Amino acid sequence: MPEQLFQFLVTGITVGSLYALVGLGFAIIYNASDVVNFAQGEFVMLGAMTAIALLSAGLPLPLAAIVATLLTVLVGLLLERFAIEPTVGAPVVTTIIITIGAAIFLRGIALLLWGKDFHPMPAFSGDRPIHLGGATLLPQSLWVMGVTLLLVVLVRLFFNRTLLGKALLACSFNRAAAQLVGINVRVMLRLAYGLSAGLGALAGILIAPITFSSYEAGIMLGLKGFSAAIVGGIGNPMGAVAGGLLLGVLEALGAGFISSGYKDAIAFLFVLMVLFFEPTGLFGHKVADRV
Amino acid sequence: MKDYGWKIILAAALLAITSLAGAVEPIRIGSFLSVTGPASFLGDPELRTLQMVVKDINAKGGVKGRPLELIHYDTGGNAREALSFVKRLIQNDKVDLIIGGTTSGDSLAVIPEVEKAGIPFISLAGAVDIIEPVKKWVFKVAHTDRMAAAKIFEDLRKRGLTKVALITGDGGFDKSGREQLLKLAPEYGITFVADESYGNKDTDMTPQLTKIRSSDAEAIINFGFGQAPAIVTKNMKQLGINLPLYQSHGVASQTFIDLAGAAAEGVRLPAAALVVAEQLPSSDLQKPVLLAYKKQYEAQYGPVSTFGGHAYDGLMIAVAAMERAGDADKAKVRTEIEKTQGFIGTAGVFNMNPTDHMGLNLDAFKMVEVRNGAWKIVE
Repeated sequence: MPEQLFQFLVTGITVGSLYALVGLGFAIIYNASDVVNFAQGEFVMLGAMTAIALLSAGLPLPLAAIVATLLTVLVGLLLERFAIEPTVGAPVVTTIIITIGAAIFLRGIALLLWGKDFHPMPAFSGDRPIHLGGATLLPQSLWVMGVTLLLVVLVRLFFNRTLLGKALLACSFNRAAAQLVGINVRVMLRLAYGLSAGLGALAGILIAPITFSSYEAGIMLGLKGFSAAIVGGIGNPMGAVAGGLLLGVLEALGAGFISSGYKDAIAFLFVLMVLFFEPTGLFGHKVADRV
Repeated sequence: MKDYGWKIILAAALLAITSLAGAVEPIRIGSFLSVTGPASFLGDPELRTLQMVVKDINAKGGVKGRPLELIHYDTGGNAREALSFVKRLIQNDKVDLIIGGTTSGDSLAVIPEVEKAGIPFISLAGAVDIIEPVKKWVFKVAHTDRMAAAKIFEDLRKRGLTKVALITGDGGFDKSGREQLLKLAPEYGITFVADESYGNKDTDMTPQLTKIRSSDAEAIINFGFGQAPAIVTKNMKQLGINLPLYQSHGVASQTFIDLAGAAAEGVRLPAAALVVAEQLPSSDLQKPVLLAYKKQYEAQYGPVSTFGGHAYDGLMIAVAAMERAGDADKAKVRTEIEKTQGFIGTAGVFNMNPTDHMGLNLDAFKMVEVRNGAWKIVE
């Protein structure tokens, strides 16, 4: 029993790390523009698929990962410049609908480029499982957990310690005021999309050796990442990370101890309960609208 | 006035050409397949095969002098779409015969409509419910999930294994397969000691497999298609579970081996002979048909799959029936399809009769195992 529990936790944290990275991407863009970017899952897919394509073209893994991430960042920036920026001033809902359109568009491009098949990606450091007190984990899981931890720390430092990060945060608190003190809101928005796309791409590259990738891989991950962001309190980056981990662990425990058939139901029920009792999320700011 | 002469001749010539064209009215084959969506890897080779074979037949002069015309709609794996497309095929396109229904869901959804309209329908999907009970106008050419279950159980019995853990996805194919496995198990003295499930888009099945590891299972059966069975295969090795693993015919392609990598070694599954065409003895009846289809398909599109083979079988059975019937009359063609005897297709040798609208037996399946990254026949 305890070793089973340990196994479930290992699984949950691996999958949860991924949800956390995707959720983080949602939170950053939401912070900068109040928009939920439904193309976030597609960034994950693009990162993974580009890396796989570059690998099969003969690039070594580290280079393929870096180039794939940069290309995805470029896609994020282009998306912001040509689809989001022209709508500045439009209602938030309009922009959200545009991101849904962008997601379908990106999926279509991926379908044309790489077809409908699933594509495997070799693990970073082999497939030999590591035994840990009755549980086993793949070296890739350690990569996922380690890189996620590193990225989360970096993002946190960025927001708390750098002027750029603080300027981005300022946009989320009050855009008009941020503009008045001389912050270029447009540049911040671009930065947010670039950052989210990069995080998404890295998440995709990390997980691809465990789950494979296809043009549709972003849909479910986007949904789970969004749930993570909601649970953590949308707009709170560290909340999204906590939400992602919580969701991953809950899914694994639900599948292991209750019923695998209700795994997703358990996770989404949890999201509903959080929204019911804590509408702003577990770690969200309490919002008081002035009437 | 003098210009009229050649104008009349021209008009007469035009009339002659159009009426001549009218005389060789094409035979209209309707089709609805899941070329996009989750079952696209089934529907895509099916459509390519239909297009390839139709082109081929037309180049050889058509059926009884009439060319074939293929009218196709993509359902995206959505059963409701399938139904509306079939209505359109029957009412607007006035097709003579329908081949299609990539997924069991798509096929089952349209059965009432084709029965009502009285049009021969050859389904390419797996569920046994499509032809049981027998419906007058409905035929199928793909192996049933019950056959797959029986083949797996036969192999388990040979190896003397009786306690089995089951893990299946949440799709229609998975659920139908699970049902057949559970129903058939007592006949073969098999007991299921675990019955786990996963979502077909899930990325990790270790919780379910951890539970199976703590059961006293002697073998694991995973019934599903797409990438999920490959993840199950990898997760099993990750957890250090060294039990025999059986997959379904849903993953009988090189893609599965590529995805699961080294973890696929030793995996067994029932597959159509197309997967191992080269390894068949030269005395095998199917071998020439399989190799010919494989060569033709691979010259144009890349690696064959058994699913494209089903489309080939369906169309060739229909064409043979039309040749025997003498024309494309729906009732006559239906009767002739039902009389299909000894037809050598890619899925096996078809022997249909009024109580069996599929006509395949268990020999149509070969038990194959992954050895050194390729499928090998297990004897």
